[in-house]
Amino acid sequence: MPELMQFLFSGVTVGAVYALVALGFTIIYNASDVVNFAQGEFAMLGGMIAVFAVSAGMPLPLAAVVAIIVTGLIGIGLNKLAIEPARGAPVVSLIIITIGAAIFIKGATKLIFDKQLHRLPAFSGDTPIQLMGATILPQSLWVIAGAIGVFIGLWLFFTRTLIGRAVLATSNNRLAAQLVGINIKWVMTLAFSLSAAIGALAGVLITPITLTSYDVGIALALKGFAAAMLGGMGNPKGALVGGIVLGLLEAMTAGYISSQYKDAAAFIVILMVLFFMPQGLFGLKSTDRV
Amino acid sequence: MRISSKQITLLVLLALIAVAPFFFPSSFYYRVGALVFINGLAVVGIVILTGYAGQISLGHAGFAGIGAYACALAPAHLGIHVGLAAILGALISAVIAYLVGRPILRLHGYYLGVASLGFGILVAMVLSNEGQLTGGPDGIAVNDLGLRSVLNDMGLSLTNSEFWYAFSGLTLVVGAWLALNLYNSPTGRAWRALHGSEVAARTVGVDVARLKLQAFVISAVYASIAGSLLALQNRFITPEVAGFMHSIEMVTMAVLGGVGSVLGAIFGAIILTVLPQALTVFAEHEMMVLGLVMMLVMIFMREGVVPTLLRFFRGRGE
Repeated sequence: MPELMQFLFSGVTVGAVYALVALGFTIIYNASDVVNFAQGEFAMLGGMIAVFAVSAGMPLPLAAVVAIIVTGLIGIGLNKLAIEPARGAPVVSLIIITIGAAIFIKGATKLIFDKQLHRLPAFSGDTPIQLMGATILPQSLWVIAGAIGVFIGLWLFFTRTLIGRAVLATSNNRLAAQLVGINIKWVMTLAFSLSAAIGALAGVLITPITLTSYDVGIALALKGFAAAMLGGMGNPKGALVGGIVLGLLEAMTAGYISSQYKDAAAFIVILMVLFFMPQGLFGLKSTDRV
Repeated sequence: MRISSKQITLLVLLALIAVAPFFFPSSFYYRVGALVFINGLAVVGIVILTGYAGQISLGHAGFAGIGAYACALAPAHLGIHVGLAAILGALISAVIAYLVGRPILRLHGYYLGVASLGFGILVAMVLSNEGQLTGGPDGIAVNDLGLRSVLNDMGLSLTNSEFWYAFSGLTLVVGAWLALNLYNSPTGRAWRALHGSEVAARTVGVDVARLKLQAFVISAVYASIAGSLLALQNRFITPEVAGFMHSIEMVTMAVLGGVGSVLGAIFGAIILTVLPQALTVFAEHEMMVLGLVMMLVMIFMREGVVPTLLRFFRGRGE
């Protein structure tokens, strides 16, 4: 039993990070139909910028805020410089643009910072908390709280605020949204900055546990993408559940079957879910227009 | 006599293969050339799957991995010649593509993307985890194909890099020729119909599921043979051949050059194979330049380099 709890804790922690990355995918996908493969790089940037801000003498909370704001600005830059000029390009071309952006950001980070592994101090100490026979790091609680906080914040934003509803309207029907006076360009900018900031937050939260370096982005993007698809692309609830489920699957496989094949179990489950539910767990059934 | 666009493509390709060596200052360039052709072959498979039939795969490197490791493992365990092993690898890839394709090709767009991605990752994982069989992440050696010494005995002496340049170049021409023939075949037309609209294609009697599966299997065989060639040329192979980055690379090459046409896709293979080699002089900035080129090409030439240029020149001719 303590064993199970231990795997559960680590699964939920990792899953919360996947969920944050998946939420970032969801926001951009909703606003623009683009799957942004640079999403993992946002998480990497968050961690790296925070690390270097701390080593430059900034207190940790300030460093975290700086990392999130700077990454948010980079997200806006990506939208303005690369996505907006390519408006109307085929979706595959847009995907290649985001992959190009991911490679560019990775290269730039390697150049500006370095190639080393870095760690951040944990937010509230490294003493593990005893819980139901297992232990959990205080930092894990921060990660889980972060994911839940972001999810609630987004939910309020999308259902309670005019701006949030404008983003939803844009995702439903671009042209109609434009006709009722929604500034599409602004919605896109908002989506990219929001999603970059959420990615950066994920990076800052997880760095004390998993460390970071310039090349951690692609793996996170892959898992976040898989989590978003598992839950059903475009659905924030799906992103949250997909992320946590993916994290749990990995932790359980690593604990009970084989740590080498932890990614395999996750993908096999995704294949099976998609086989029975081709739109993911929470995806809406779509019909083709002829 | 009117020359069809199919013949033009093949002539351009043959001319390229024949003329390029005159500009090669060293044997290293033959190696890069051979790599271009091998990547080109895999990318022609992507043209059939994505350009013709409109299906996405983010896991095709998995098939390249099967083809490559067949060349390494079949001679050692089954005692067959590496050449036969490559063919066996292509057969295995076809069977696996058939079995995997049946369930996942029911999915659309990004869902198909993530399902194929999962498949590719599973292959890469098995290759690097089953160390006692595959040599693990460090890779495994591959036997010599032996064709060069046969040619040598017949009086045609080629250096190793020259041989692989010519051999993979010819394989690419055959692969391109087959793909071009498929384009206007009944199958090719049905692919393009379902690419345009699956519902409409089904309405006029196209067996959508079967045709998608055909495209998937054929493109898997292309990827497998490309993987085999890579293994045979290098005489060594690591699980990276099946990795996610390799899958992405294939799709990127095809889209960058122009996924709708064989020539365009091969052009994409040229850019993305030669560019990293050329960029090594920039060392530190290599990745940034590569990412920048990918973004700029897609922003200013959305349908890929070759289709955009063709339209530009046609537009001026009028």
